[in-house]
Amino acid sequence: MGKKIAIIDYGVGNLRSVFKGLEYCGVEPVVTDDPAVVEESDGIVLPGVGAFADAMIRLRPFEQVLKACAGKKPMLGICLGMQLYFTLSEEDGINQGLDLMRGRVLRLPDFVKIPQMGWNSIEVRKESELLDGIRDGDFFYFVHSYYAVPEEDVILASTRYGVDVPAVVGKGNLFATQFHPEKSGKAGLRILENFVRIVGER
Amino acid sequence: MWQGCKLLTKRIIPCLDVKDGRVVKGVHFRNLRDAGDPVELAKMYNDQGADELVYLDISASPEGRKTMVGVVEKTADQVFIPLTVGGGIGAVEDIRRILKAGADKVAINTAATKNPDIIREGARRFGSQCIVSAIDAKRVYEEREDRIMVDTDEGRCWFDVYIYGGRKPLDMDAVAWAVRVEELGAGEILLTSMDADGTKIGFDLPLTRTVSEETNIPVIASGGAGTLEHIYDAFARGKADAALAASIFHYREYTVRDIKEYLKEKGIPVRV
Repeated sequence: MGKKIAIIDYGVGNLRSVFKGLEYCGVEPVVTDDPAVVEESDGIVLPGVGAFADAMIRLRPFEQVLKACAGKKPMLGICLGMQLYFTLSEEDGINQGLDLMRGRVLRLPDFVKIPQMGWNSIEVRKESELLDGIRDGDFFYFVHSYYAVPEEDVILASTRYGVDVPAVVGKGNLFATQFHPEKSGKAGLRILENFVRIVGER
Repeated sequence: MWQGCKLLTKRIIPCLDVKDGRVVKGVHFRNLRDAGDPVELAKMYNDQGADELVYLDISASPEGRKTMVGVVEKTADQVFIPLTVGGGIGAVEDIRRILKAGADKVAINTAATKNPDIIREGARRFGSQCIVSAIDAKRVYEEREDRIMVDTDEGRCWFDVYIYGGRKPLDMDAVAWAVRVEELGAGEILLTSMDADGTKIGFDLPLTRTVSEETNIPVIASGGAGTLEHIYDAFARGKADAALAASIFHYREYTVRDIKEYLKEKGIPVRV
């Protein structure tokens, strides 16, 4: 369809699966560490594995362009990429996030195994183009120790792991998943497909 | 209202032994026979509903190891579920290479017993979630004060750690080692019973349960799966978080789906 999706490469985590997942959905994404390429793209994927504070430091060159693009072009945050959307995180002290969504990122409660690592089912809370074809009880692959507590109405789907954990959030063109769609089999590919379609339609 | 916290589904993980780019099967690494292309088998297990896949590289040569990187790349490009790769991980650089090829986790065995820092350093650089500590354990029926003694139907024993693919005993307590690797930063334990491996008599449940109870990270039970009941027992009695099996899948005795339907009927939460 000629639309360009940029996967931001800021040195955290493995981007191969995200790239191949999007490719599987019929687009040719670009992996880039150049903010200018991100600015010119039609859609943005913000992946992320690792620690919040370190990721924010590495993401600094992209901060401006992400804030400028937020809401204007479709964006999909994945895992830590989702947590970075929020105002602040309590991982290793208090660290500022991108503040694209109001809210905090907290550690999962002590009485569950941390990290949550494995397949958990979600409950759809709000209809969204991103969740087209996804039903209550569908399973996704989660790997995380922290979770978001939004202070605005952005939760599209949630899961249960000791506490209610936002699994998918959305606000206009801004989307994110706490799970890894690129590792969640068919249901995950469906989410990537939906995102590709959203980018195509904008 | 807290029901969700225990409801992370129990995982079923097919394991493929890969030698020089091909899947092989045999008993105790002997009489190896070609069992097909790893990518094709990975796709098949994915279609059956496998929750993850484990590749165990049993190549002995540097060429074989290089081939493995290509196999991992091809698999990760086509199969969108988590992939763990073990075998031949000797240094942090090996971890980086395998993760970069598209694996989500690496399983480290022998190298960690010689240099525990590889777990600490790997967890620091790549995150605990991708460091799996593989522990091969074998029963020793001998009362010792400096060992964690466990009661079994066959008698009281402790568990010795084996390395080099189960060939060399270390005279080291496997349960204590499991606790230690969690402290070092491992995110998961792949626990193989040397007594049960290849026998199809069922998992070593006292071993699995003891390690599950003594640690706070997920434990993958491995070695001995022969029937659906064995896998049920690994969860219900062994308190494992995941069960790994090889031969029951390779010989097409059961599909992953058969196992999951059985487990679901018996009340074990699984992804179906």
